[in-house]
Amino acid sequence: MTDTPAIKVSGLTKRFGKKTVVDGFDMEVPAGAIYGFLGPNGSGKTTTIRMMCGLLTPDGGEGQCLGHDIRREPARIKENVGYMTQKFSLYTDLTIRENLDFMARMYGLKNRRRVVDETLRDLGLFERGGQLAGSLSGGWKQRLALAACLQHKPRLLLLDEPTAGVDPKARRDFWDEVRRLSRAGVTVLVSTHYMDEAVQCDHITYIAYGKKLISAPATEIPARIGLKTWRVDGPDLTGLEAELTARPGVEQVARFGAVLHVSGTDEAALTATVAAQKARGTHHWQEKPAELEEAFIYLMTSAVDNFAVDIEGEAA
Amino acid sequence: MNIFSLARFLAILVKEFIQMRRDRVTFAMMIGVPVMQLLLFGYAINTDPHDLPTLIEMNDDSPTARAVLAGMEVSEYFEFTGVVTGPSEGDRALRDGRANFVVAIPPDFERDILRGHVPSLLVSADASDPTAVGSAVAALQGIVDAALRDTLSGPLQAVAGTSSPVSVVVHRQFNPEGVTAINIVPGLLGIILSMTMVMITSVAMVRESERGTMEALIATPARPLEVMLGKILPYVLVGYVQTAVFLGFAGGLFQVPFNGDGLAFFAGFNLYIVVNLALGFLISTVARTQMQAMQISFFTILPTILLSGFMFPFAGMPGWAQVLGTALPATHFLRLTRKVMLKGGELADVTGDMRAMGVILAVITLVAMLRYRQTLD
Ligand SMILES: Nc1ncnc2c1ncn2[C@@H]1O[C@H](COP(=O)(O)OP(=O)(O)O)[C@@H](O)[C@H]1O
Ligand SMILES: [Mg+2]
Repeated sequence: MTDTPAIKVSGLTKRFGKKTVVDGFDMEVPAGAIYGFLGPNGSGKTTTIRMMCGLLTPDGGEGQCLGHDIRREPARIKENVGYMTQKFSLYTDLTIRENLDFMARMYGLKNRRRVVDETLRDLGLFERGGQLAGSLSGGWKQRLALAACLQHKPRLLLLDEPTAGVDPKARRDFWDEVRRLSRAGVTVLVSTHYMDEAVQCDHITYIAYGKKLISAPATEIPARIGLKTWRVDGPDLTGLEAELTARPGVEQVARFGAVLHVSGTDEAALTATVAAQKARGTHHWQEKPAELEEAFIYLMTSAVDNFAVDIEGEAA
Repeated sequence: MNIFSLARFLAILVKEFIQMRRDRVTFAMMIGVPVMQLLLFGYAINTDPHDLPTLIEMNDDSPTARAVLAGMEVSEYFEFTGVVTGPSEGDRALRDGRANFVVAIPPDFERDILRGHVPSLLVSADASDPTAVGSAVAALQGIVDAALRDTLSGPLQAVAGTSSPVSVVVHRQFNPEGVTAINIVPGLLGIILSMTMVMITSVAMVRESERGTMEALIATPARPLEVMLGKILPYVLVGYVQTAVFLGFAGGLFQVPFNGDGLAFFAGFNLYIVVNLALGFLISTVARTQMQAMQISFFTILPTILLSGFMFPFAGMPGWAQVLGTALPATHFLRLTRKVMLKGGELADVTGDMRAMGVILAVITLVAMLRYRQTLD
């Protein structure tokens, strides 16, 4: 793959009315990466993705996507991007086959019939091609939506919370597919809520209230957050968990099977609390290097929904 | 990069047809509404209304006067339901709707006839419902003359003579112009086309954004013109089908004539459909939900019905209403259709109407294009 990044935006800003939804946002997605885009609800992920593929005009900032300017050449970007919207956006009153055929036509694919047949077969939906897309279950809809935006062999995939409301098995299958595509050279930008999805990404950007908070390779995220973690085991973990949550320095208590992971960013306060607990001698305490899991739980739980209460218009 | 791709345009067209076919209710409505409306209105057109309640102001109780009244009753248009003692009582009855007509026999009616003075038979008609009273009024002089011919026989034959011995004076209340019933059919076509075209297009366009499918559609390389034409053209065909069904029924069931130039009609009718589709498209750029699209469409249909000359004679409207009416495409289509269908108009007769619709189309399209966004902003 080339060295130029698949996406490079800087200072991207979008306002709806008086409200700034995306605020001076920078992001660089290296070609070939699986890039995670994290943030609570309403933080501006969808809006950012829409600006990157020319569906929304930025109020400020600039950028390029696959080498094309996001303001001036949206048409060129669209030809090479597969965009899977957060909300199912195929036609529920068309059949599965008709939907795929429609998308194939829109991208001007040659051998349309063959491409659609192939897609149906890959999906395992060949026999059900005549079924209305609206009658599919959530998991199948999501697979169909992905397949529909892959038919024109895009170089960049934009997946906006692709597995929301899908069962764990379907989610695993979905990610197998994403990794397979990535190996084949497709750049993937995926916005998500789920920790187990975030850990699949090579690189993470975290956004809140339209502003970028962290951007780093996934392995460096815990260090960036500066999270200190202690591992605890012993009797009555549930009681201990409740007690610890209120102690100074403790920002997060997560249970992993028979142990608790107690974390915080204020090292001094946390150490003091742990020392006091250790002195009681009821449990076994051990400091451990912070891992991605804790880091993501920390990110996802510390953020509240970003939907401001005072917005006038309804959310898109 | 090409500005217009035939393949993508066709893709949208095909999709639109499939969706239209699957939407049974709308489909049934598109065909059902014109037929239903035509039957409803057509019933009123086709049957001369009979036994209309009529009051009598009897100022000359003579055999000749009674003969005239008997003739009117025999005609079955009129049914005498009572007597009034003066004009004010008659007017009140008309206003209340208790009677459609008040017939006043003037004093010395018979004597004046015999002396050859040609008395006036004053008939006040409630013309607020012109379809109801129109044919009765039209037949009145004939009925009176026939009744007098039978009565004035023998020595009185001379007065019966060639010209009418009585002049029938019809005083149309509430709607002095009157409209001939047959005018309704061309008008109704204009209203129905406007109603379905505007509503169906605006709703179909908004449905795409409301369901979220617009996002995927504009994430493809589709161009605005492809989307616009691909979504609008199927409804042009719907307009064709509606018109064919409508004219078929109108001609077959109600013997509405088609006297003029088919080409003139076809040209005007295509233009009219396109204007309405453009209007529907414009509405879709304003409305956010299908419900809103529906409401705004209704909002445009009301003035179309009221101010286009369909409901009330255009010439009888106040100046400001005529100005508003002139801005409506239906006004010009109505004139065009009446000219062609009823008065045998040719292409040359309707160029003015066509030009007016062309101007309206240009304005609507311009505004729609300015408002249409290829983004979700
Ligand atoms: N078309 C729009 N008009 C007005 N406000 C919008 C529109 N789209 C999104 N918003 C607002 O922008 C904020 C960010 O939304 P979004 O980008 O969808 O966040 P996320 O995808 O991270 O949940 C929300 O507060 C939302 O209400
Ligand atoms: Mg979103």
